[in-house]
Amino acid sequence: MNYTKFFIYIAVSAGVTYLIRMLPLVLIRKEIKNKYILSFLHYIPYTVLAVMTVPAIFSSTGNLASAVVGCVVALILALFNKGLMTVACCSSVAAFAVNLIIELIAKNS
Amino acid sequence: MPPKELTSFKQGIKDGLPICVGYFSVAFAFGIFSVGHGLDVVQTLVISLTNVTSAGQLAAVPIMAAGGTLVEMAATQFIINLRYALMSVSLSQKLGKSVRFVDRFIIAFVNTDEVFAVASSKKETVGRRYMFGLILTPYVGWAAGTLLGACAGNMLPEIIISSLGIAIYGMFIAIVVPETKKSKATLFAVALAIVLSCIFNFVPVLSKIPSGFTVIICAGLASLIFAFLCPIDTKKEAEQ
Repeated sequence: MNYTKFFIYIAVSAGVTYLIRMLPLVLIRKEIKNKYILSFLHYIPYTVLAVMTVPAIFSSTGNLASAVVGCVVALILALFNKGLMTVACCSSVAAFAVNLIIELIAKNS
Repeated sequence: MPPKELTSFKQGIKDGLPICVGYFSVAFAFGIFSVGHGLDVVQTLVISLTNVTSAGQLAAVPIMAAGGTLVEMAATQFIINLRYALMSVSLSQKLGKSVRFVDRFIIAFVNTDEVFAVASSKKETVGRRYMFGLILTPYVGWAAGTLLGACAGNMLPEIIISSLGIAIYGMFIAIVVPETKKSKATLFAVALAIVLSCIFNFVPVLSKIPSGFTVIICAGLASLIFAFLCPIDTKKEAEQ
């Protein structure tokens, strides 16, 4: 990507992100009390992450089988409240193992 | 008795260290993700230095790679990062007397979920020197992780890179799943968001909608519906 276009994108994304964080901190001193707005803001992080994960995760490893295995490993570990790093590493290792097996099979056939 | 104020820069650095370690790994995964989408190492680092938001950056990269419109970029960042507005409102009540007007402009730049969480968890109000310490370590971790991840993404063999592609999604799963165990309403909101996301990705006409808008529509709709169906008890939430 050329740098001019890149910096325009950066200006927009960083600018919007900063304004969202800065304006309330500098201007607003009253607390938000409306429970519907509070609830909406409570759900947003989780629904956003979910939407970004599914279905993109299934094409994240170059191969559906390894992605499914990695995803299942991540889900199981997350259900047991394992930390971010543990879940991410184990899920990557599981995907790597399946990718390795697939590559070996492809070489031998 | 007036509330005490945390004023130690060192204490801030110390409280920021666990966040720094966590950010390093997320940023590492982001670095790999970004160069995987065709951005170079410098561009990837600049994104992290200027945005400082994991979900926002992860949404921004595909928009850049696909040559999306600036409206799409602005709208996506707005909805994904809207929660920071709430955190900033809340944090503004927590800042101590030593925080000057200009300091607020700097603190806002690195008011991430985790920095906010640590600052809010303090009994005392937080002073300027404490806050500068608290945002410095995570910011350094975020930048260093991004740089190393982007370099690794250019050097490691293809099979390892593609396997590491799942890492950042693994982290997202580790954030979302424990929360859905705590709250049925969050579980259903997440489930609805996923169903909508699949519809928008696989139904022919809808799949033409740019990725940024898909995130806004699916996450926004699911959150809106559940905000009205199951509004959270804010008093109960505050006690936790």
